[in-house]
Amino acid sequence: MAERFTVAIIGSGPGGLSAAGRAARLGVSHVLLERTDHASDTIYKYQKGKLVMATPDILPLRSDMDFKLGIREDILGTWDRQLKEHGVNVRYKAEVVAVKGEKGNFQVTLADKSVIEAEYVVLGIGLQGNINKLTCPGADQPHVEYQVDDPEAFDGESIFVIGAGDAAIENAVALAKQNKVAIVNRSGEFARAKQGNLDLIRAAIDKGLVEAYYNAAPVKVTGNTIVLKTADGEVEAPCNRIIARLGAVAPRKFVESCGIVFPSADPKSLPEVSSTYESNVPGLYIIGALGGYPLIKQAMNQGYEVIEFILGHELEPADEPLLKEAFKSLAPAKVSEVLVRIRANVPLFAELNPLVLRELMLDSTLHKPKAGDVIFKRNDYTNTFFTIVDGEVEIQVNPNDPKQVVVLGRGAFFGEMGLIAGRRRSATVVARGNAVLIETARRTMIKLINSNPSVKREMDRVAIIRQIQTYMAPNTSVDDLMELAETASLQKFTKGQTLFNQGDAGDDVHLIRTGSVTVSRRIGGRDTVLNYVASGNYVGEMALLTDAPRSATVKAAVAVETVKLEGQAFKRLVAKDERLRQELENRFRERLENNARMEALPEAGSIIEFLINQGVGEATDVLLIDESLCVRCDNCEKACAEIESHHGMSRLDREAGPTFANLHVPTSCRHCEHPHCMADCPPDAIQRAPNGEVFISDSCIGCGNCQRNCPYGVIQMSAPPPHKPGLFSWLMFGLGYGPGEDKSLRKIKKEGVTKHAVKCDMCKDVEGGAACVRACPTGAAIRVDPKQFLTLAALR
Amino acid sequence: MHESIVVYSRFRFFKIAAALVLVSLGLYIWDSPKGGIPNGGTWLGYGLGTIGALLILWLMWFGVRKRRYGGGTVKLESWLSAHVYLGLALIVVATLHTGFQFGWNVHTLAYTLMMLVIASGVFGLYAYLRYPRLMTENRKGMTLDAMMQQVADIDRECRESALQLGEEINRAVLDASQNTKLGGGMWRQLSGHDPNCATFAALHRIEELATKAGGSEANELRRLVTLMTRKVDVLRQARRDIQFMALMQIWLYVHVPLSFGLLAALITHVISVFFYW
Ligand SMILES: Cc1cc2nc3c(=O)[nH]c(=O)nc-3n(C[C@H](O)[C@H](O)[C@H](O)COP(=O)(O)OP(=O)(O)OC[C@H]3O[C@@H](n4cnc5c(N)ncnc54)[C@H](O)[C@@H]3O)c2cc1C
Ligand code: HEM
Ligand code: SF4
Ligand code: SF4
Repeated sequence: MAERFTVAIIGSGPGGLSAAGRAARLGVSHVLLERTDHASDTIYKYQKGKLVMATPDILPLRSDMDFKLGIREDILGTWDRQLKEHGVNVRYKAEVVAVKGEKGNFQVTLADKSVIEAEYVVLGIGLQGNINKLTCPGADQPHVEYQVDDPEAFDGESIFVIGAGDAAIENAVALAKQNKVAIVNRSGEFARAKQGNLDLIRAAIDKGLVEAYYNAAPVKVTGNTIVLKTADGEVEAPCNRIIARLGAVAPRKFVESCGIVFPSADPKSLPEVSSTYESNVPGLYIIGALGGYPLIKQAMNQGYEVIEFILGHELEPADEPLLKEAFKSLAPAKVSEVLVRIRANVPLFAELNPLVLRELMLDSTLHKPKAGDVIFKRNDYTNTFFTIVDGEVEIQVNPNDPKQVVVLGRGAFFGEMGLIAGRRRSATVVARGNAVLIETARRTMIKLINSNPSVKREMDRVAIIRQIQTYMAPNTSVDDLMELAETASLQKFTKGQTLFNQGDAGDDVHLIRTGSVTVSRRIGGRDTVLNYVASGNYVGEMALLTDAPRSATVKAAVAVETVKLEGQAFKRLVAKDERLRQELENRFRERLENNARMEALPEAGSIIEFLINQGVGEATDVLLIDESLCVRCDNCEKACAEIESHHGMSRLDREAGPTFANLHVPTSCRHCEHPHCMADCPPDAIQRAPNGEVFISDSCIGCGNCQRNCPYGVIQMSAPPPHKPGLFSWLMFGLGYGPGEDKSLRKIKKEGVTKHAVKCDMCKDVEGGAACVRACPTGAAIRVDPKQFLTLAALR
Repeated sequence: MHESIVVYSRFRFFKIAAALVLVSLGLYIWDSPKGGIPNGGTWLGYGLGTIGALLILWLMWFGVRKRRYGGGTVKLESWLSAHVYLGLALIVVATLHTGFQFGWNVHTLAYTLMMLVIASGVFGLYAYLRYPRLMTENRKGMTLDAMMQQVADIDRECRESALQLGEEINRAVLDASQNTKLGGGMWRQLSGHDPNCATFAALHRIEELATKAGGSEANELRRLVTLMTRKVDVLRQARRDIQFMALMQIWLYVHVPLSFGLLAALITHVISVFFYW
């Protein structure tokens, strides 16, 4: 006879713990099932002594377990104690492999085949997934490890790193500083790693710092050797530590096997839940990171609430006071009334489930601007999204004539272009009387778009027409554009993919809405880059004008999204719009001239190509050093470290990075159009300032996701170095160290100090702007927008 | 987009310095027929002297400004461009201030020091314009650290290869490995090569021995010679790198101390003129 409980809670992370705590407190029969032999494995695996942040600060904690800002060890200790005190029925080493049945009668199967029955199931398994383990004989010994906390803790050992992904490479390279390291790659190359790591491992292998075994796999581990199977037979090598970084199986498959549906095939998509955290399977609830709430406090609140909901209790959501505060300007309306009004007036949000709408509003600001207030200005870099709950706004579509406006009313939205292109605002927007607007953070919108196909469809439909109007035919009315817009389709291209080839037939025009492309032509048997075209421009119109095949090849410099328009419809539009025709003629001539000059200057084309390969194509602002001027004084680095808010740490590495034709791309943030670093930041700490600077705010929790996501290796995880005495004390008394940064200090570790992500903020709060550039005595260091730099005029 | 300090801002500071020089010259020529023997004591002499002294103070201020990393919204490049051109203008301003009267006194000492500072500055400018490019060309995408690493790697291979060869060769390789030095004293660094390079000597010795060898030994020797030649090449490259770096820094060790000497001499000059004329 299987054991039976009211609630089975799977996973003892902050979400599961808190749910179990609530159940125990209320005397509900329950079991907490945890795969490992300790509670809360994700937090258990944090670096020792990590300071765990209780973000967001304003959100009140609602749980029977305590949690506040503190050190990993203390938090885990508290939880262990409270699990006992509350009498939680926890079972360790109880991995759940299947959940079957329906509300009132679930069967939960464990790895040891035993079955537990429950009326309700709460899934709180987080997103870490199942680490792939080494399976060969001997792999269960303690010197086979799956994680490296601190590479400097090992010295003089012979270490084998198994795996070929980013984690394996990073570990191998870091360990090689003090140890003899070999990396074992199952295939013939490092195909899965990002560019920066690829360069790192290649260099390390070339220099002999790391020994590489390709097409090899471990077959046996003994106390002090490892046996590898390679193409040349078996090899035995001395080895006293094995670090296996074989990736993890995402929990998705398991979750789907429970009958839960994901909204899309996108690996980032997460299952949808109701406002009581119930999934599409009645009686099966999802809380915490798996449900899209990536912070500890959120997970804990949901754990508490889910038990209350299961018991059928009504509960004011924990965020109610926050929303009350957010909606203050609309008082005396109640929170629920405002939410109803938003839903009624804004079609885009009408279909959202209450939980999602609340979450959206928490990440948004409600504005009641006065008539004439500027909402945002043309050329600002802000990338929030606006919806109109009531009233109207004016969009000034013509930069030269503020009188030429388009009026948007209740239910409409604007600001979506910044969201899509990651570029500057293309128009100024001014409020009219009685407007009520919602301003939503970029990340929240992107999350919404990714999980709600209907929101995406509606936004794309409107955005396409606006983009055609803004970038192609500002003088044509929307009605006249409809014919062309109807032929439009969205196309995606990965980096390096071609939009079309030289010599192809075809007359479609591509309006680039995200990313940038290069234009090249085959000259003397070799592809020569002639131009770089950024988002907000269109390509492919030349063939249309001459009725000839494509005269050049167009390739995506980074991930690109275009609006593809049919050539014939475009032609008809040109026939109607005299100004458009003239502009096309002018562009045509300019491009011909440019191409002729570039063909005579293959060097410039090679420079564009080099910079594009360095990822400059997605930058909005990049530091470039002319090595024919750079006297290697490192004043730039010193200046960076000396900026007060930089706490003595340089955010750029001048010497690192490649050089071509005297042009050096140092390791320094490029402030990408669509910053990869922003993608997975739990507290949304990475932001873009109005002038375009991508910066990390104080709410960083030190999880390291951004460091892993940045393809250019410009983010460091670092604790601030000790206070540094002033220049005077150094000169007179020899206190501290001189100007700039003492990098050896980075190695010193302290308990209870969190490492935070640090990167270039382009000195956004410093008068005069980027200190590196201002401190360069020779003019070698400049910061440029590739849109301006990757042109003939600049490269000659 | 990149602009060197010479052309900075379309020769803005060249134009200012040229104007200063022309005005000084003009006034000097216009003043000469009336003034009798030209010297620092005339009103024009005072004028030029004041300008010159202020210029020197301002030129020295550059050292302070350079270390105020975050401070000042004007780019350091702009400062240096002005520093170079106005520093050069000082040659004319100060020479006219002397009225070409020189002697064995503190006044001429100040003048001489100033000219030496300027001369070192001119060398510095030359170094800044020439060596960065040569340095990049020489590096071929490597850093100095990478070169050192490569030397160590080749060295290891050499020693392994030598193990299969005779005693004498082993001794040569070991000597090369233990006694080859990079860097060293100032002159060594500036010269860009090491006439007593142990690796180079060892290579010679091994080549000599190689002519006598035969059979399988000859094969291994050829491999060793190739390795050693590569090591010599990388060493040469590294020494050139060090040389360029040294050349770009050495002159500052003249420029700065002498400018402090100049400051002292200048103060003495001004005081002696006002108190003991
Ligand atoms: C390095 C790092 C630093 C972070 N720092 C912070 C911070 O400072 N502040 C903050 O608020 N957030 C931080 N986070 C985020 C935070 O850790 C997560 O949001 C939180 O742990 C999510 O909680 P959860 O309960 O949803 O899942 P998890 O904490 O991931 O817990 C899931 C649990 O389920 C268990 N499990 C999984 N599958 C099964 C199964 N099949 N059967 C049984 N048990 C299973 C796991 O072993 C684990 O114990 C950080 C994340 C990382 C990676
Ligand atoms: C009397 C005249 C001059 C004085 C007193 C003077 C003084 C100084 C001082 C104090 C510095 C700061 C060095 C440091 O702290 O690192 C400096 C730097 C420099 N000077 Fe001069 N200088 C003079 C003339 C010139 C001239 C004529 C030139 C060039 C033609 C010149 C070129 C430079 C250069 C290139 C630097 C180096 C900048 C750097 O790398 O930071 N100087 N000078
Ligand atoms: S830190 Fe972010 S913005 Fe900067 S280069 Fe990396 S991904 Fe791009
Ligand atoms: S400050 Fe300028 S000259 Fe000095 S190292 Fe940096 S880029 Fe080179």
